[in-house]
Amino acid sequence: MVSMRLYKRVRVSLVALLLSILVPINVAVAELRIEVTKGVDDAVRVAVVPFSHKNRGRLPLDITEVIDFDLTLSGRFETLPTSQMLSLPNDSTEVFSRDWRLVKVEYLVLGYLESRGDKVQLHFELYNVFKQSVEVKQVIEGSRDELRDMAHYVSDVVFEQLTGIQGAFSTQIMYVTASGDVNVQEYRLNIADADGQRVRTILASNEPILSASWAPDGKKVAYVSFERDRRPAIYIKNLVTGARQQITDYPGLNSAPAFSPDGKQLAMVLSKDGSPDIYVLDLASRKLRRITRHYGIDTEPAWTPDGKSIVFTSDRGGKPQIYSMPLVNLKIERLTFEGDYNAKASMLADGSGLIMVHRSEGVFHIAMLDLNRGRLRVLTETSLDESPSIAPNGSMLIYATQKRGEGILAAVSIDGGVKFDLPSSEGNVREPAWSPMKRKVFTPVEG
Amino acid sequence: MGITKIRNILAVSLTALLLVGCASDETVDETDMGPDSGSMTTGEENMAPAEETIVQPKKPMIDSSTNRITIFDLGDAETLTGVFYFDFDQAIVKRSGHVELDKHASALMSERTLRVRLEGHADERGTREYNLALGERRANAIRAYLVAQGVSRSQIEVISYGEEKPEVMGTGESNWARNRRVEFSYR
Repeated sequence: MVSMRLYKRVRVSLVALLLSILVPINVAVAELRIEVTKGVDDAVRVAVVPFSHKNRGRLPLDITEVIDFDLTLSGRFETLPTSQMLSLPNDSTEVFSRDWRLVKVEYLVLGYLESRGDKVQLHFELYNVFKQSVEVKQVIEGSRDELRDMAHYVSDVVFEQLTGIQGAFSTQIMYVTASGDVNVQEYRLNIADADGQRVRTILASNEPILSASWAPDGKKVAYVSFERDRRPAIYIKNLVTGARQQITDYPGLNSAPAFSPDGKQLAMVLSKDGSPDIYVLDLASRKLRRITRHYGIDTEPAWTPDGKSIVFTSDRGGKPQIYSMPLVNLKIERLTFEGDYNAKASMLADGSGLIMVHRSEGVFHIAMLDLNRGRLRVLTETSLDESPSIAPNGSMLIYATQKRGEGILAAVSIDGGVKFDLPSSEGNVREPAWSPMKRKVFTPVEG
Repeated sequence: MGITKIRNILAVSLTALLLVGCASDETVDETDMGPDSGSMTTGEENMAPAEETIVQPKKPMIDSSTNRITIFDLGDAETLTGVFYFDFDQAIVKRSGHVELDKHASALMSERTLRVRLEGHADERGTREYNLALGERRANAIRAYLVAQGVSRSQIEVISYGEEKPEVMGTGESNWARNRRVEFSYR
């Protein structure tokens, strides 16, 4: 990509890791790899010292490796390889600071595991080498098959302590893959951990799947599938129970479902009344309300964080641009004026900006529009970029792009400082949607 | 990707060879006029069904594997072009396709039980949902043309696949031009 003072390229295949954890039998899905293409210039030097297991027997997962990988892929940390560690302390009382000053490490992540029946206790500390002080010390408990969640939890705590930003390592990413040739394509709707691991397939079909989006509680997803008689329909899948419901079956488009922030309504695009318009369905009463009426294309509804307005794409002005509309009075206001193609907008959690697909000089990029200053900033350098989705911590966004003719996912920090790619070993990957919630939340059992 | 493409090309050429083989004693096909001509006849033969004598001669025939129709005019069989191409970001039916569309219209009007699905497509540029809308707009434009010729709306279903089902993989205008299309699928 571009020349940077710090140009890191990390390529870690975690097949061995994936095999070492308890993999459910039905999961034979290729994982996403992660390649950091740009890290911050002043990455913090951290050592994740191997966590020991105080009981007999090996645990099914190397927690240290997961934490190390999480911190590396965030682009904000440079981790010290185990081979360069002069000592391997498990808690702060065993630390000799000079061992770490010699290798210029600023922080240590220390810990050990203790099995207690079916449960595993994870003791960990974040240690500041220069101040010689403990910044965080926690104990969490989980089952043996939650070790990966526990590792992501540690990464989140470390990340937040050192950057002031909530970590997103415990979140998940949903995406669509397409493989095969033009005649026989296989589409899959997958969900993976934010580090590309633990991939599971929600739906596999020979007809297109698209527009997958999360309910705000992270327990349900909505998507469009063409599986029934090759016609589009909107479905909601409950990830906890596995139950699935067909929500729409109208003639024409059934497209772009988006849950309201309270999860009670679903915005969508239907063309049953002539042209594509935005509708809002109340999920409890099943009352459908049409909220745009225009002969042009209205699509890609997204809710504002307060749930009071919808932003959407419309070509009512001749070219696709972003508009907003409060649900109380449906007064439409145009938001974008720069460029002749702005689409698929979503709003930052604080309402200060829009993330969207923006075309300039014929090339599609992801851009951010500062709504207070009216300034548009292009965030990506790749081409054919689409489907941006913001991480729940608001600091990163993931999007779909192309590399060497293949659809891949890539991520960029909102400030543009960190970039990484997530190529899959199988097929084209597209339409990422970052989960709104953590997969598993732990409560520390003691200070 | 490269391998897939080569495999596709091979598959297409093999199919073409087979078809040429079958149709060798028939009249020569129309030449391939390319995607921009608004009319494509690649890989088609003038199929004269074996049971022609027992079927009513004027009735259009549907090929259930390709979902295309063959019409019969004064004893000559003609399989109609099932694909119509569009310009970038446009949903205007090209004049070059009118003659072929008129044949579809006549067939649909002569046989009111015929049903056709117009499948709209877009190239990969731009967002997926917007491209779904664009594909639908193209299919609607073809439907409007047919209805203007006298075809009943109830015979036509419009579906858009947006950029999800390209005719050819790959980027670049020559591929994109072939993906911006409406396909006729008879049933």
